[in-house]
Amino acid sequence: MRGEIARDVERIVLVLDVNAERRELLVPVHKTLLEVVREDMQLTGTKHGCELGECGTCTVLVDGKPQLSCLLLPIQLQGRSITTIEGMATGSELHPLQTAFGELGAAQCGYCTPGILLAAKALLDDNPKPSRDEIREALAGNLCRCTGYVKILDAIQLAAERSA
Amino acid sequence: MLRLPRFRYLRPKDAREAARMAADLGPRAMFVAGGTDLFPKLKRRQFEIDTLIGLDFLPRSVRNGTDECVIDAGATLAAAAHDQHLNIRCAGYAQAAGLVSSPPLRNAGTIGGNLCVDTRCNYYDMTYEWRKAAGFCIKKDGDICLVAPSSPRCWALSSSDTAPMAIALDGMVSLSGPDGERELPVAALYRDDGIQYMAKQPSEVVTALRLRATPQTRSAYVKLRRRGSIDFPIAGAAIALVLHGDVVSDCHIVLSAVASHPLEARAAEEFLKGRPLEPEAIRQAAELAAKPAKPLDNADLSHFWRKRMVRVVVEQALRQVSDQQAGLGG
Repeated sequence: MRGEIARDVERIVLVLDVNAERRELLVPVHKTLLEVVREDMQLTGTKHGCELGECGTCTVLVDGKPQLSCLLLPIQLQGRSITTIEGMATGSELHPLQTAFGELGAAQCGYCTPGILLAAKALLDDNPKPSRDEIREALAGNLCRCTGYVKILDAIQLAAERSA
Repeated sequence: MLRLPRFRYLRPKDAREAARMAADLGPRAMFVAGGTDLFPKLKRRQFEIDTLIGLDFLPRSVRNGTDECVIDAGATLAAAAHDQHLNIRCAGYAQAAGLVSSPPLRNAGTIGGNLCVDTRCNYYDMTYEWRKAAGFCIKKDGDICLVAPSSPRCWALSSSDTAPMAIALDGMVSLSGPDGERELPVAALYRDDGIQYMAKQPSEVVTALRLRATPQTRSAYVKLRRRGSIDFPIAGAAIALVLHGDVVSDCHIVLSAVASHPLEARAAEEFLKGRPLEPEAIRQAAELAAKPAKPLDNADLSHFWRKRMVRVVVEQALRQVSDQQAGLGG
């Protein structure tokens, strides 16, 4: 039997802190954070990939730590700080990681890039001078099918060196 | 696009209230903490529920005493993996927590969630459409086990990395039910059945885990999986032992992902007790530990190879323990 149960959609008023802005929304309680940021906030920089927690392309930061928005319920995140890729630049000034990715060509199709940039930001915020292996470990949850990762690792190292 | 089914979300203020809600609502309700395993399964329609009971109230601390470590069930796997004291006194447990899935999922997944994680099977952990096309299995919507059709039971695999290590470290789990609290050895938390894999009442909430952490205890966990960055275990060895001089005085060896419950390798444990932890003893103990493991063809890679690799992971874990200084982890 298909696991759908006919019931009314429960909508709730959510107050979320997204990219340092207070956002008030009326959304169905069963929508994931990925769906809410893309469909209800029009923050489409967060990409949907596998939607099962395996690829990392929907990575956002929750209280500064990378988590997967396809497996987060917004109702559980009230009072916590959420950062999406749209919150990474300061005004028109790119984050040093974004600059380094652009300069080194660390993106090809670019679909995984928002998630990887945020995972890298969390790493550098916590550990400003990571080793190559520490960068690899921090990106272990993010798949890229184009680059082979080398330029991504190079760009993160470059951004770390520039920020030192 | 894979979306979650519709549900309502309840927010109890404590474990007792959560347990009462679960007891009242029955199988249509489930607990959710980190949700890293539950949400994919809801998206694949492996559970039919109309209510989630949030365990957001669970404390999240790791408390370290002289001879034990107490981890709140709401602590994330990342917190346990990085806890300095845990890395010294319960090195194997911190290792196991740090080997669960990938970094972003360890930032959300909890200690309690990994103890209760659903059993897995190649024929079960698929989308609704896949399972419908292949034929439903006994664990969900079907009548037979597609791995062992002549067997009356489900052979889905225990896939927790931390549970075997918690058993090896004489772990005790705190449970809160509708009528009160109780403590249970982690070893008694599981049953040898792929469907009814937990021995606790469905309405009981796991609130904390207590591990033996004497300075003399050494521990290690070795995990086998296809990709070192993310996958569930397809075999694993959790070892905790105490050495007096170079002689093993106490020993626990528990295997992951080779049965529907964490599998204690008792013959190997008995063999090692009273012997020096030398290469030949390690080799023979690993042979003995692998004997009770009978993996079926329901996980990643060949089950014949997984069976052969059980000996290897046990030997690797015993070598790690042998190389550690007592109480200093590895």
